[in-house]
Amino acid sequence: MTAPAAWRPALAPAVHLRHDRVREVDLLVMPERVVVLRGTAGTVLRLCDGGRDLDTIVAELAERFPGAPVATDVPAFLDRMHEEGWIR
Amino acid sequence: MTAHPQGHPRPWALLAELTHGCPLHCPYCSNPLQLTRRSRELTGEEWERVLRQAAELGVVHTHLSGGEPLLRRDLEVIVAAAASAGLYTQLVTSGVGLDEARLTALTGAGLHSVQLSVQHADPGASDRIAGHRSFAAKERAAALVREAGLPLGVNVVLHRDNLDALDPLIELAVAWGADRVELANTQFYGWALRNRAALLPTREQLARAREGVARWREKLGGRTELVWVLPDYFEGVAKPCMGGWGAVSLTVAPDGTVLPCPAAAALPGLDPPNVRDHALEWIWDHSAAFNRYRGEEWMAEPCRSCSHRAEDFGGCRCQAYALTGDAARTDPACALSPDHGLIRSLTGPAPAAEPPPPGYTYRGYGRG
Repeated sequence: MTAPAAWRPALAPAVHLRHDRVREVDLLVMPERVVVLRGTAGTVLRLCDGGRDLDTIVAELAERFPGAPVATDVPAFLDRMHEEGWIR
Repeated sequence: MTAHPQGHPRPWALLAELTHGCPLHCPYCSNPLQLTRRSRELTGEEWERVLRQAAELGVVHTHLSGGEPLLRRDLEVIVAAAASAGLYTQLVTSGVGLDEARLTALTGAGLHSVQLSVQHADPGASDRIAGHRSFAAKERAAALVREAGLPLGVNVVLHRDNLDALDPLIELAVAWGADRVELANTQFYGWALRNRAALLPTREQLARAREGVARWREKLGGRTELVWVLPDYFEGVAKPCMGGWGAVSLTVAPDGTVLPCPAAAALPGLDPPNVRDHALEWIWDHSAAFNRYRGEEWMAEPCRSCSHRAEDFGGCRCQAYALTGDAARTDPACALSPDHGLIRSLTGPAPAAEPPPPGYTYRGYGRG
């Protein structure tokens, strides 16, 4: 799917985003499952607070990571997270 | 296995058996035959310390289980301790004793999710298998959990008596609002091994159930997750038990004994450590019990040179011990095991003519 621009992504209620201090990684934690987030995935998901819309998230990340292909990669990543049911 | 700078790779999950007391008497119970008396249970303060140490060790999930954890009057205190340690906390319950006030208190203490057991879709059959009139309480518990907005998992242990009811069982779990249904084929040790003649399904039952799961997965389209726990007696392949010995998770028994898996209490000479004597980190890294079957050094042939050893870790130590008397042998569930005949004779194309299944030996104190 192509995400509508008005979408304000937020973590699903059962899904917790947390930093694991023992392993030094970000995690998505939900019943019976832990997803280890690589690279900047945790940074992106931390912006999914239900308040920011997709454009705002992309703009903030573009400012933080100049030169990175955020305009294409971030919506695709969030689509995948949505398909998994981890954000809505 | 890559070494963690602080020792072995850290565990992700802690199964906390808060009590072996339980109103149910399921004949396949995962508790050991020798149940721990309630007077020997860890106190709430001791659990608080264990849960804090678990979080510091790297544990992310804790499953507050039993027996029936709702029998602990201080369950709310234990849940609060788990939540404040930063653990994702799941209650594993029969549903008996879960009323609105109790659930509100547990949710307030920080409970994250609930896993509810059900024995059959038919109330009478469910009560008969559980050895206790409990179906109505389960139905109520499911409704309360959904009203509270907590994720709900429904767990069904599958065997000869309920595999043919797979369709109504899944319908029931969906109607109760489950996010996840665990269809767990019976694993035969402890109480289930004692009741094997009555519980062991036929190949035809399993084939029908497997088709049913595939059909339901398509129909539900991911709205409800269906987990099919393989019946290892019928697969010819050993299960990667616990994700490896001392690799992914640990169990703390009601009296503080720490085990690499809930069934390991039955292994002779394991001399498992106790949280009353040692910190959890020492137990994980240095205790003899946790290092006994870690990695591959302990393996004998055919595992030692087998290309599957990194996938199945030699299978289940408790099953190897239960069936061969030697916990270091290859799991007899594996078709490559020299002991596979022990299982094949029961589940092969022409299984040995078995006597009609006797009634269950219901789980309970003093019956092991």
